[in-house]
Amino acid sequence: MPYRLGVDVGGTFTDLLLIDEETGATWRDKVPSTPHDPSVAVISGTKAICDQAGINPSDVGQFLHGTTVATNAVLEGKGAKTGLVVTQGYRQILQVARSLVPGGLAAWITWPKPEPLAALECTVEIEERLDANGGVVKPVNKDQARAALESLKSEGIEALTICTVNSYINGVHEREIGEIAKDVFPDIPISLSHEVLPEMQEYERALTSVANSLVRPIMAMYVSNLRNELRTLGMDGRINLLRSDGGLMGSEKSEGHPVNLLMSGPAGGVTGALWSARNAGLKNILTLDVGGTSTDVALIENSEPRLRRETSVGHLTVRASSLDVKTVGAGGGSIAHVPELTGALRVGPESAGAVPGPAAYGKGGEQPTVTDAHVVLGNLPAALLGGSFKLDVDAATKAVQTIADALSVTIQEAAQGIIDIANENMFGALRLVSVQQGYDPRDFALMGFGGAGSLHSNAVGKLMGSYPVVVPVSPGVLCATGDATTQMRYEHARSFNRTVKQTDDAEVAKWLAEMRETVARELEEEGVARDQQTITFEAGVRYAGQGFEVDLSIDIKDFEAGNGIKKLQATFDEEHKRLFTFNLDVVHEIVNLRAIALGQGTEMPAIKLPDGDGDPSQAKVSDHTMWAGGTEHAAAIYDRSKLEAGDKIPGPCIVTEMDSTAVILPDHVGTVDTYGNILINPAS
Amino acid sequence: MTATIIETNTTPFKKVPVDTITLDIVENALRNAREEMDATLFRTAMSPGIREQGDAFPLIADREGLMVVGQFGSFIDGFLKGYDGDIEEGDMIWLADPYSCEGAVSHNNDWLIIRPIFVDGRLVSWACMFGHMTDIGGKVPGSMPTDATSIFEEGVRIPPIKLFKKDVLQEDILTLVLHQVRMPEWCRADLLAIVASCRVAEKRVIEICERFGDDFFTSATDELLARNKRAMGHLINTAVSTEKVSFEDYICDDGRGFGPYKIKCTMWREGETVILDFDGTDPQAVGSINFYLNENMFKMFFGIYMVMVFDPQVMFNDGFYDLVDVRIPQGSLLKPNFPAALSCRTHALGRIFDILGGLLGQGQPEFLNAAGFSSSPHLMFSGFDKDSGEWFQLFQIGFGGIPGRPWGDGPDGHSLWPGFTNVPNEFLERYFPMRITDYTSIPDSGGAGLNRGGNGILMTYQFLNKGTVSIHDDRWFTYPWGVNGGEPGARSTKILRRADGTEEVLASKCDRIDVFEGDELDYITWGGGGWGNPLERDAELVALEVRRGLVSVEGAFNNYGVKVDAAGTIDAAATEAKRAELAKHQTEGEIFNFGPDIETIRANCKAETGLDAPIQPQW
Repeated sequence: MPYRLGVDVGGTFTDLLLIDEETGATWRDKVPSTPHDPSVAVISGTKAICDQAGINPSDVGQFLHGTTVATNAVLEGKGAKTGLVVTQGYRQILQVARSLVPGGLAAWITWPKPEPLAALECTVEIEERLDANGGVVKPVNKDQARAALESLKSEGIEALTICTVNSYINGVHEREIGEIAKDVFPDIPISLSHEVLPEMQEYERALTSVANSLVRPIMAMYVSNLRNELRTLGMDGRINLLRSDGGLMGSEKSEGHPVNLLMSGPAGGVTGALWSARNAGLKNILTLDVGGTSTDVALIENSEPRLRRETSVGHLTVRASSLDVKTVGAGGGSIAHVPELTGALRVGPESAGAVPGPAAYGKGGEQPTVTDAHVVLGNLPAALLGGSFKLDVDAATKAVQTIADALSVTIQEAAQGIIDIANENMFGALRLVSVQQGYDPRDFALMGFGGAGSLHSNAVGKLMGSYPVVVPVSPGVLCATGDATTQMRYEHARSFNRTVKQTDDAEVAKWLAEMRETVARELEEEGVARDQQTITFEAGVRYAGQGFEVDLSIDIKDFEAGNGIKKLQATFDEEHKRLFTFNLDVVHEIVNLRAIALGQGTEMPAIKLPDGDGDPSQAKVSDHTMWAGGTEHAAAIYDRSKLEAGDKIPGPCIVTEMDSTAVILPDHVGTVDTYGNILINPAS
Repeated sequence: MTATIIETNTTPFKKVPVDTITLDIVENALRNAREEMDATLFRTAMSPGIREQGDAFPLIADREGLMVVGQFGSFIDGFLKGYDGDIEEGDMIWLADPYSCEGAVSHNNDWLIIRPIFVDGRLVSWACMFGHMTDIGGKVPGSMPTDATSIFEEGVRIPPIKLFKKDVLQEDILTLVLHQVRMPEWCRADLLAIVASCRVAEKRVIEICERFGDDFFTSATDELLARNKRAMGHLINTAVSTEKVSFEDYICDDGRGFGPYKIKCTMWREGETVILDFDGTDPQAVGSINFYLNENMFKMFFGIYMVMVFDPQVMFNDGFYDLVDVRIPQGSLLKPNFPAALSCRTHALGRIFDILGGLLGQGQPEFLNAAGFSSSPHLMFSGFDKDSGEWFQLFQIGFGGIPGRPWGDGPDGHSLWPGFTNVPNEFLERYFPMRITDYTSIPDSGGAGLNRGGNGILMTYQFLNKGTVSIHDDRWFTYPWGVNGGEPGARSTKILRRADGTEEVLASKCDRIDVFEGDELDYITWGGGGWGNPLERDAELVALEVRRGLVSVEGAFNNYGVKVDAAGTIDAAATEAKRAELAKHQTEGEIFNFGPDIETIRANCKAETGLDAPIQPQW
């Protein structure tokens, strides 16, 4: 079965990419998403793309899927009603939270009082207690526990979470309570916090476990329905979901741990960018995924995307590994406005969304958006989606004129201002993942994708000095590409919390060996044989007393040989100096250990373009006029599908294809590589 | 005394035209730089007070020292006036003495780093940050003795000195200072973390100058300040009357048995200028509750409150300072004479915000918030670990009820200070010999109201090792007031339960309390005042909060007139009757509800709080 299918469900479109694993031939399609039941679009899209390729669904050996079902359940407050069981004295753990009021001085005046993720009336206390070493201070009072759980029955909970103090060291009490809970609630999913997140910090562990419960029923239903329908179509291959950390997990497994899927969607973009970057011969990449309402950015160093130990969705931040993707409220639909009091130009975070959308879409939108500014500047052709979608230039002009009037500038200056501010917001997000982490953006290429990424990438790359700016193949369906080209991955982390004086190489080696066994077994259960696995380790290290750790790659062999800790200390000092400019003469603490198992990826071939003569004129559609840098320029429009390898496309111009438009600025030139990526550099 | 700034390039900055769009870009870039300062600090500092709780504050200023981004700052003017020396490229100023900088930092525990930023030989900007050190030596662990009578008892004082000269660390002075403190490793790490944060800001400012030009940068910061001045001028004209309004509130006691101490402020507008006059504030205390309030600092507090209360969209900086005239009587609680003790100024600092809220809201009660800024309750616990023999020392900040607000209920057990968070209890139990057996908000402690005040917190510490405790809190005597018909919140209290079962109420401010293995401390903080008439609160919501354990069955009945059982079932007829009865006793038209008057509180003090009433101070 030589085909694999990547499917990415977005807010507006469901993108599909079908790959012939032997030839590398691809088919892509976009069908409107069906938010009421996303699987409808997935199934209809799957049928359509199989027809397009002339194959049967049974020819698809791997179905790989990125989904925002869990994300949207959280954002829209449509998660399950979740019961929470805690240690006596901690009922208000989610109510009090970390006591933080976000924002500056006096921000409490306007900050809305948050409602806890599991309602207080659905939270009960159990008489039990462990100490900080996992020792039993007070055993579980089983009668009281049963009575407390019974009292939750009248609340109609749909999922249950058990989180007791110090369970990250020892899960014995959570398991005992879990047994009683299974008896009381035989039909609802139960999440134990030490299984979801065996890490210190009771609030974060409780919140993450509750978030898991919150999306469990909806994800279980979605995933099992989807699986059934795909099976009905005759697809009997493996069905995998993309996790927030860019790895894959089997669909059955994902039903129990959906908290790991909260950033499944954006992760597809990053893994897609990785694949494109490999073809373009690039290892250091900043990604810029610009959608309608928001922009996702990430950093890839040496072909490794940065991971963080948290996942943020809306106001919810949980401890689940995710690719370090930052999101800003700047996208094609972001609305520009000028507040009366300050007279400053602001762009976003309000968005015109899909409805009414930008004025240029002619669906009744009147407010000026980033897309309208692009229309005014000539960055978009008069028709999109291969000519099927005409833009309303007059409406866009009228909308942007309101900004020009408010600022007393020309309409082009206003439009340029809107784009500049949007670019600056994107730049700000990119700084968070690059400069703020100690990386120089000039060492990175910038890859723009998503519907509008290639409209902004040249300008943002210029701001950051990140060259080349890459317009990947099929930028509009890059997330689906990512879904289709990802490896299986399983990760296991444990709190260690010992200083190097309190432990030794042998103890670390023993822990790592145990964890290696755990991850290897997990991946084996997902169908990856041990000889197909690569297992790596990381340690979170800090100076004892610091609050945050730096994650470092470690090798179990060093610890087996007795020099692992020594090496670790040296590496940490070096990294700390690089990040923060100083070192301390303080004992090092190993905060946590992590084992990561990767399944071997099937190398997917990419298709090469025919060689051209360097002159792109065969692809030129028409002459064009664009505004850039404050002046009008004679420009051109090119059809991407007619470009050949080696073509050099001079800016200013726009390059159009079915699902995306790319801008090449004046004084820049885009070079088409062997695989069809366009690499933009300053014209020298 | 004034500082001399040495610039190797004396070319004056050119005023260049600044377009709105690039200006916004500079502002965003500076704001990002400020956030990077925080991120750097939290990742590298060591004391739980800074790294877990966030007791540290950054700013980036223009070349004159006016804050462009940041909060809780504007220290530069006070420093420049008090420093009689040269400032050169590569200097890093270290400062921790309120009397050397006109109160720009307000107690010795706050270590401030000031970094002048030079580009091409010219001063373009300043980056600064201060953070609260867990210990700076002196007579008690934590260095904030509640019984101090002079600043010489309050740990090491650091006049403005150069920690770095030409970017070389002056190891000797660091060694000298760290020799005075109980937690030298924490102090070193926290200080170097602050230095690293300032270096991050400097790097960003230099990048902005390289991108847009130095002349553009300085013109842009001028314009950012001017833009704020225009917006604030507009706000002041519409929100502040030419008629005088006054507001007064109290610090309950001075830690030495005397109190309460009054803080009074009167506000009016003359033309474009708003005047804030603290005439009528009590004279300075003998003890350490004095708060050396820097005028510019108070302008900033005023400005932020104006913005947050009336128009949160306005971007905030120091540009409006000319529009505000702050008058503080010399020798008062807010401008004590050297060498008055200052370490426990947190209570007055907190109370200033209740006063600002009360002042600004009087003209427009619909914008008024209730009271809740008790202070920043501290717990110190220190001793020698019984197993390892090593010294341990915890400084922890507690939280309480956020006041009821026009926008809605006050959150329960949250922080009024920006960026502060609690310390995870599993962290405390792992690294300190203690167990937290109860961590909850207290039902009914938030003042009843249409919008309920947030509940205070009960945190029970069970000590697993012998040690010494200090406590700093307030609002145990006077009440966090309610507004527009809302009731006051509950007051704070501290109860120590010995292992043998005996109980004692601890003073709100105390040091040197010896505790032993098995003793328990109930640390109970204040509730926020209520907003609006509690009888108008939706009975269903009251019933839901009963089920949630946020309001008791009795509290629902007595305070809200809602007859409800523990399962949340409402008795509609009994509710109607009770509400009608309670309504008869309500007085119309009072904006503030302070609870009983001071004399009544005094008379009932022992019975209600278990503590003797403070003695009226005499001057």
